[in-house]
Amino acid sequence: MVETPKDFIQKEENVIIKGNVAAAYAAKSARVQVISAYPITPQTTVVEKLSEFADNGEMPGTQYIKVESEHSVLASIIGASKAGTRTFTATSGQGLFYMHEMLHWAAGARLPIVMAIASRGPAPPWNIWADFTDVLSQRDTGWMSAFCSSHQEIYDEILMSYKVCEDHNILLPKFVAYGGFILSHTSKPVIIEDQDKVDNFLPPLLDEEGWPHIWMDPKRPMMFGNLIMPSGFYQEFRLKIHDAHIRAKEKIIKAAQEFKQLFGRGYGNGLIQEYKMDDAEVGMIIYGDLALQMEDAVDYVREEGYKVGMVKLRHFRPFPTEDIIGVAKKVKLLGVVDRATAFGSQTGGPVSCEVKAALHGTKDTANILPIINGLGGREVTLEQQKNQLRKLVKFNETGEVPKDTIHGTLWDCLLEVK
Amino acid sequence: MELSGIVYWRLNNNMVKLKEALESCQEEYFLPGNSCCAGCGLEIALRWAMKALGPKTALVTPASCLNVVVGLWPKTAPNFPFTNMAFAAGAAAATGMSAAFKAKAYRFPGRGWDEITAITFAGDGGTADIGIQGLSGAAERNSDQIYVCYDNEAYMNTGIQRSSSTPHGAWTSTTTKGKDRFKKNLPAIMAAHDIPYVATCSISEPLDLYEKFKKAKSIKGCKYIHILAPCAPGWGFGSDETIEIARLAVKTGSWILYEVESGIMTLSKASRTLLDPSKRIPLIEYLSRQKRFASISEKDLIELQEYLDHTWKRIEVDLSCQDNYPK
Repeated sequence: MVETPKDFIQKEENVIIKGNVAAAYAAKSARVQVISAYPITPQTTVVEKLSEFADNGEMPGTQYIKVESEHSVLASIIGASKAGTRTFTATSGQGLFYMHEMLHWAAGARLPIVMAIASRGPAPPWNIWADFTDVLSQRDTGWMSAFCSSHQEIYDEILMSYKVCEDHNILLPKFVAYGGFILSHTSKPVIIEDQDKVDNFLPPLLDEEGWPHIWMDPKRPMMFGNLIMPSGFYQEFRLKIHDAHIRAKEKIIKAAQEFKQLFGRGYGNGLIQEYKMDDAEVGMIIYGDLALQMEDAVDYVREEGYKVGMVKLRHFRPFPTEDIIGVAKKVKLLGVVDRATAFGSQTGGPVSCEVKAALHGTKDTANILPIINGLGGREVTLEQQKNQLRKLVKFNETGEVPKDTIHGTLWDCLLEVK
Repeated sequence: MELSGIVYWRLNNNMVKLKEALESCQEEYFLPGNSCCAGCGLEIALRWAMKALGPKTALVTPASCLNVVVGLWPKTAPNFPFTNMAFAAGAAAATGMSAAFKAKAYRFPGRGWDEITAITFAGDGGTADIGIQGLSGAAERNSDQIYVCYDNEAYMNTGIQRSSSTPHGAWTSTTTKGKDRFKKNLPAIMAAHDIPYVATCSISEPLDLYEKFKKAKSIKGCKYIHILAPCAPGWGFGSDETIEIARLAVKTGSWILYEVESGIMTLSKASRTLLDPSKRIPLIEYLSRQKRFASISEKDLIELQEYLDHTWKRIEVDLSCQDNYPK
């Protein structure tokens, strides 16, 4: 063990920056040791800003690898993480799909990698705007996933994520996702924290031995990742990944508490963030940047005299089943808004599928109305969200299924085809 | 007895003698009890490479025979840090490891982290086919690693399917009438990246291989070493014939041993005399020892010999263009 070096210099400052730049600042504050990146819209400015930090000597000792593809991004990050360093990268849509094989390698090796995702819609047709199908379709890779609603939350969540991922009882990789362009390319005030304060919350890796389960060290020669027969421990290793996900929930809650104590910013219990749900009759589950605007919509519709509320889903993996059941017991009807698709599913988008599965078998929980909107970055206005809430209220009062409900899902604001 | 690098290079006009090699190469890093086939060329390649590199080596192997022969979990034959990797990911993973060692050397100075050599050890499929993008990227970045291709000229691990490194006329399970195309010249592609060091080796010349790995270890940046590693079951020869077959590949001029340092090509000792066509054993003597060429047509045979002779002519021209060529 060595002492925390004083080589990273950052005083607390309030800056007006893009969401991507907030992600880059978070990586710097986290003192990541190896960065590997490949440009893709709308993630590009994350890696540009990090390049600037590295070139200006603001991240001493940090190695920045500029690779030739996303597959190599994650391969190099896996190599670096195995050797016991804190690593960071960022990508979007197609880039994440190209990494898919390596996502399994990272989770299988239990590497605490944090990756920012400026989410974008999958092609074809080409689309570069906000749509969370990219990150949600990586559901079964073993990565944890968080969604951010604001610029500040991107910075904060990346710091909290390292804390959870690197916990020796967890050791899992994690996505920190936010809507492409809507958060990645707009500018808002963000507090960048004092380096000492961040070091206090998230100390740099001070043990040269690295992780407890994997290392590349000539003093302790070991082989990792070799072939295992069906009669070997493969199934047990898989169970351990699942078990770590379930146990990570309490760590996420703890990290959010600690973060709030130190920095004064809280995000519900870390897993979900309720807004005016206590006396609500109907509620909306929503994630990403649309959740922030939905808070306004809730306020407006409440002014009209309807008791509506909302729940911001902050984590998709691990899925906060207990919290969602708790919410579903408070109200009679829950809308679940997906800015993503789960083709062929009977229950709307990926998150509404998950919510329905979570509630299955529990009595006296809310009915679910799956809603899909804003795909491929289509604008979702405040007025539209107010209408979604009003539709919920009406559906709850009359039992009348809202117009535009197709195969049980409300496809909100479809263009009219003449 | 460990010979230091400098002393070593002064010996015998850059050529280590067998006696000295045996003295300094007693240590084994790829241990017995692994599950290589009898007469495996890969085993000889890795064993001698590691003798040259020593224990401060961290190895990445993408999908290949090496994933399997090192031992099923939890058995392990390598006595040095070793990690398995996805097929297309070898060069990039070694880049990441190399970067991590540099980052750790910064955080923990004087603890030897910067003395570790990162190495990729990949088959010809993992190099010339699925891995070539990552390899080319690593070479262009001059990633500090040694990338090794052990070339058994087909996908042996999955059951002898053709790769782009399979020679013309060879039977594989996906070229049942013999391969139409010629072998991809990977070392030339790597040399075209202008990396500091490219070398070819044959497991029949372990001292030459040993020297080339020693040299590669001493150079910073991206080094590429391509080793011909015959495969007894895949090529169809007896498991006691591996060395002979590899030596015939060299003596016929079919596999040429050379180094390219900073763009300058030098033929290695075993291949140097073969610029004179009369010194080259006819190719048929190499091919006739292998079942994979058992039903090669006369036309293919002639084409292969012509291709070989043409390759040598090209090398002669290339060498004559170099400043160091004896005029």
